[in-house]
Amino acid sequence: MPEIKVTPLGAGQDVGRSCILVSIAGKNVMLDCGMHMGYNDDRRFPDFSYITQNGRLTDFLDCVIISHFHLDHCGALPYFSEMVGYDGPIYMTHPTKAICPILLEDYRKITVDKKGETNFFTSQMIKDCMKKVVAVHLHQTVQVDDELEIKAYYAGHVLGAAMFQIKVGSESAVYTGDYNMTPDRHLGAAWIDKCRPNLLITESTYATTIRDSKRCRERDFLKKVHETVERGGKVLIPVFALGRAQELCILLETFWERMNLKAPIYFSTGLTEKANHYYKLFITWTNQKIRKTFVQRNMFEFKHIKAFDRAFADNPGPMVVFATPGMLHAGQSLQIFRKWAGNEKNMVIMPGYCVQGTVGHKILSGQRKLEMEGRQILEVKMQVEYMSFSAHADAKGIMQLVRQAEPDNVLLVHGEAKKMEFLKQKIEQEFHVNCYMPANGETVTLLTHPNIPVGISLGLLKREMALGLLPDAKKPKLMHGTLIMKDNNFRLVSSEQALKELGLAEHQLRFTCRVHIHDTRKEQETVLRVYSHLKSVLKAHSVQHLPDGSVMVESILIQATAHSEDPGTKVLLVSWTYQDEELGSYLTSLLKKGLPQAPS
Amino acid sequence: MKLYCLSGHPTLPCNVLKFKSTTIMLDCGLDMTSTLNFLPLPLVQSPRLSNLPGWTLKDGNTFLDKELKECSGHVFVDSVPEFCLPETELIDLSTVDVILISNYHCMMALPYITEHTGFTGTVYATEPTVQIGRLLMEELVNFIERVPKAQSASLWKNKEVQRLLPAPLKDAVEVSTWRRCYTMQEVNSALSKIQLVGYSQKIELFGAVQVTPLSSGYALGSSNWIIQSHYEKVSYVSGSSLLTTHPQPMDQASLKNSDVLILTGLTQIPTANPDGMVGEFCSNLALTVRNGGNVLVPCYPSGVIYDLLECLYQYIDSAGLSNIPFYFISPVANSSLEFAQIFAEWLCHNKQTKVYLPEPPFPHAELIQTNKLKHYPSIHGDFSNDFKQPCVVFTGHPSLRFGDVVHFMELWGKSSLNTVIFTEPDFSYLDALAPYQPLAMKCIYCPIDTRLNFIQVSKLLKEVQMRKLRPERRRDSPKVTQVPLHVVCPEQYTQPPPAQSHRMDLMIDCQPPAMSYRRAEVLALPFKRRYEKIEIMPELADSLVPLEIKPGISLATVSAVLHTKDNKHVLQAPPRPSQPPASKKRKRVSDDIPDCKLLKPLLSGSIPVDQFVQTLEKHGFSDVKVEDTAKGHIVLLQEAETLIQIEEDSTHIICDNDEMLRVRLRDLVLKFLQKF
Repeated sequence: MPEIKVTPLGAGQDVGRSCILVSIAGKNVMLDCGMHMGYNDDRRFPDFSYITQNGRLTDFLDCVIISHFHLDHCGALPYFSEMVGYDGPIYMTHPTKAICPILLEDYRKITVDKKGETNFFTSQMIKDCMKKVVAVHLHQTVQVDDELEIKAYYAGHVLGAAMFQIKVGSESAVYTGDYNMTPDRHLGAAWIDKCRPNLLITESTYATTIRDSKRCRERDFLKKVHETVERGGKVLIPVFALGRAQELCILLETFWERMNLKAPIYFSTGLTEKANHYYKLFITWTNQKIRKTFVQRNMFEFKHIKAFDRAFADNPGPMVVFATPGMLHAGQSLQIFRKWAGNEKNMVIMPGYCVQGTVGHKILSGQRKLEMEGRQILEVKMQVEYMSFSAHADAKGIMQLVRQAEPDNVLLVHGEAKKMEFLKQKIEQEFHVNCYMPANGETVTLLTHPNIPVGISLGLLKREMALGLLPDAKKPKLMHGTLIMKDNNFRLVSSEQALKELGLAEHQLRFTCRVHIHDTRKEQETVLRVYSHLKSVLKAHSVQHLPDGSVMVESILIQATAHSEDPGTKVLLVSWTYQDEELGSYLTSLLKKGLPQAPS
Repeated sequence: MKLYCLSGHPTLPCNVLKFKSTTIMLDCGLDMTSTLNFLPLPLVQSPRLSNLPGWTLKDGNTFLDKELKECSGHVFVDSVPEFCLPETELIDLSTVDVILISNYHCMMALPYITEHTGFTGTVYATEPTVQIGRLLMEELVNFIERVPKAQSASLWKNKEVQRLLPAPLKDAVEVSTWRRCYTMQEVNSALSKIQLVGYSQKIELFGAVQVTPLSSGYALGSSNWIIQSHYEKVSYVSGSSLLTTHPQPMDQASLKNSDVLILTGLTQIPTANPDGMVGEFCSNLALTVRNGGNVLVPCYPSGVIYDLLECLYQYIDSAGLSNIPFYFISPVANSSLEFAQIFAEWLCHNKQTKVYLPEPPFPHAELIQTNKLKHYPSIHGDFSNDFKQPCVVFTGHPSLRFGDVVHFMELWGKSSLNTVIFTEPDFSYLDALAPYQPLAMKCIYCPIDTRLNFIQVSKLLKEVQMRKLRPERRRDSPKVTQVPLHVVCPEQYTQPPPAQSHRMDLMIDCQPPAMSYRRAEVLALPFKRRYEKIEIMPELADSLVPLEIKPGISLATVSAVLHTKDNKHVLQAPPRPSQPPASKKRKRVSDDIPDCKLLKPLLSGSIPVDQFVQTLEKHGFSDVKVEDTAKGHIVLLQEAETLIQIEEDSTHIICDNDEMLRVRLRDLVLKFLQKF
């Protein structure tokens, strides 16, 4: 029985290090190749030795698909392809292909240059890795090989994020990556057609959350920023360079304009300016409103938001600073946080999810005394606010996607086990499909029941379809044909054609039954009685009285002869071929019962 | 399969393909050469144009002099310009299911079709095609609407009158179907019916046919289309290019294994080399400007202009033109320049790489930033303040009948210092210039048409036809025989151009010869469908018993229930005969009547008499007797008064009405035969 196997190497009952192996109809695909922000040791990358202990990964994988540019989905890619060794194709969308190497380089710099790690991938490795990337369009069907095809769908979440359908013959799986079912200020909502995959692998970051309306959250956010700035405080918003940052910038930009505010807004330098450029050039990936108006006003050209300089952090007076990275685990955002944490007038707003182990996660869970590097204790007096601007689907959104795609099975990844459990139950109850949530390294095997495609000769199909159109179309009609199997070529043809093609002659099997009937009249009259009897019984069949004195029922011939010894008995000869077996047999038994009394 | 040919213009096609149960319109081109018969629409009152003498018949009859004006020996219609629509009577256009658009030049008739024929289907096109197509339509509507002309001429269209007119008016075709331009409202409504598609996207039409756009290399988002079912493949090639300009290269590989290839949109100037023309364009431009003259380039707001600006970007500094202003004037100039920068995914590899840096893919961004290139919506407003001469102006429309170009022709035509350079190949430049004669300005003809020429076509056809290594398209595909590729094309391509009738190389040469079409023709495409895809459900497949008949060939008889839904066919295992409920009421006679449609399989093989007799004896028939006949044998069962005639290809059992016996004998006979 054909099967689909799924093994998460990362993101199984966890967030971070997304990496999922899928085997479908003999093809092996790796979905995402991420790093884990909560670890600094071996655990930060997926354990690729699971795929093969020795030997090149290329021999075991048909392709790798990257859903979007976040490092927990692509951070291990150069390690995987250049250090472990993989030369097969890597697929991602154009914006992902553009932005991914920049984030990887940034990640490398922080790890190697700042933390001083060795044995990490190099800039050259990132370049070599990106050479193996094939960019895909939305909805384009990419033929990986003769049998395996993949197709990208819009996922929202961040610029260029995509969901992928993987298909071999009639078996298919969909991997959502991270997605967002509600359009935001700069991106559209995820969309997929009713593709009915055997398996839907969905993220479940917000498996239990149902978020209130976006408008409320935005108003709340603006109010908090506004209040802090009014009382002279500083606002730190840790973000990732691409994604939420742009959405919040658009939000603040319009608010500052409307309220005519003067406090400076800064954006930590480098990446972000460049990031805005990407948004301008890939504007077709943003939402409809931005796309429509970009000629008149490009939303990613900000008037109020200026580049940040490290020295500005010590400036007196209010300010708002967007700084990277988003989970306060390293870099500029952490530096600024340390400077401002001691003042209760200040505020840090965490606009997204924080992985366990990061400073972001610690302060969100209420910790106010943090042990920093060198045993130093940092007391957090500034206000800590959490605002879910993460562009992940909430529980409602996940259910909505399942409804849209109509999968046979659902598998949850990229979430916390407890929350997954809840969502799993909900999905099983509402959609009556199996739902799985494997841990890392655990394999889920699904049996599939694919139909087998064959070619049917048009003659046979049309003949059968014409029959199907009879008034009693509801009654299933049996069709009959011969399947010719030659090499891998399957054809269904009419039996006559099959015989002809194979150069075989038909063997005709005919039966002739003698039925004795008591009747003293002449043969011709007996035949007439048989005719009228059959005519009255077999209303749906063709019953003919032929000029030569015989009766035809469909293609069954009935003749009457005199009995050689008994003049009071007539012998009916009923003759049919094997193809009319049922009707022939029925007729003989019917006639054996005798004819109804003739009208006198 | 039929092809209804609604347009006679080879580069602005409009065909309707009937394939399986679908009706597919291929492109929706609008023939604008009709506008050459009209007087230009000046933006600013032109005394010259308004004082042209009315035209009178030879017999002195002047009833047409309001409609027709004479200029330098040519006669023009003085009216709102009109376009030649595709044929709307050949086929009921409300039955069209979908329209496939190949590039933005080939969709200009869309509003006429979608808004006025009862069309209710979907239009498919790529995003750049739609966005730039919208710009072209917007410009066209704007050009025509901003100079309202009260007069609409119709007298001259009368067949009796048209006969009397001088050429080319006399020979203009289908004048009764010529229509004025659509409105912006109609454009918006037409465009709202478009569904966006990406290259290599498979689109299912009613489960019967799959259509897929492929990159055609000619313009931003331009596509060829594959229209295929499981066993048949039609390629529609329209406006393709193998030159490396800005668009993504042409996808030729996916055209392979086509049964029919409909070929339209070849180069209109097969003798001109586009690269050479660009060089000539630059040198003529430089020469004129250095001599203090102005250069006018009539052009569309998108397409070749991007390449020309890129060439100039590399050329102006070395040619010492850094101080010469370049103006691009069109109501959609800004949008066109901006849109070009955001379609990275549709660009050639080099330009894509720039976006990854991230830099704008086209260097015109830099020309604009450095103020070398300025764009304006029209000559009114800001332009009149900034305007400095000598300069270079890119503006439309290439027909020289409407748009800002009319103003510059009037303004610069009188001086021989100035030059007009024709780069767009859609209009004959001499015809375009006719209403401006006599003209002192220089005229240079540098048509740049990057579409396929005949050498490229013959190479392409050879490659498409290479079928020797044809892989099985699907594992269920029937035995593949070498099927010839049928090429279908406009009649213009099957003979050399009229002006170069000796150039036998300027026509399509293929085997079997191309089928040609002309406007309003219906072609029956020569190919027969033989197979259709059907799916066998796993339960049924498991129940099949394959029998190896010859080495490598197995057979299985299939009795199954056919389900057909949305043009998809599935075979299901027959339902198990359900036991009739025991407490059945009175049985009706008809309940027992078997369904004659339940056919038994065919039989094949032969019965060896000796073995058959042995088998009979084994089964308890003791009195078996065999007689030889001319063709075979007769086996007699005396006691049962039964006779079995056995011949090579037939067996006949003649017996009394003893069903038990007959069925026993039948099953014994069947043991020796194979079922089909």
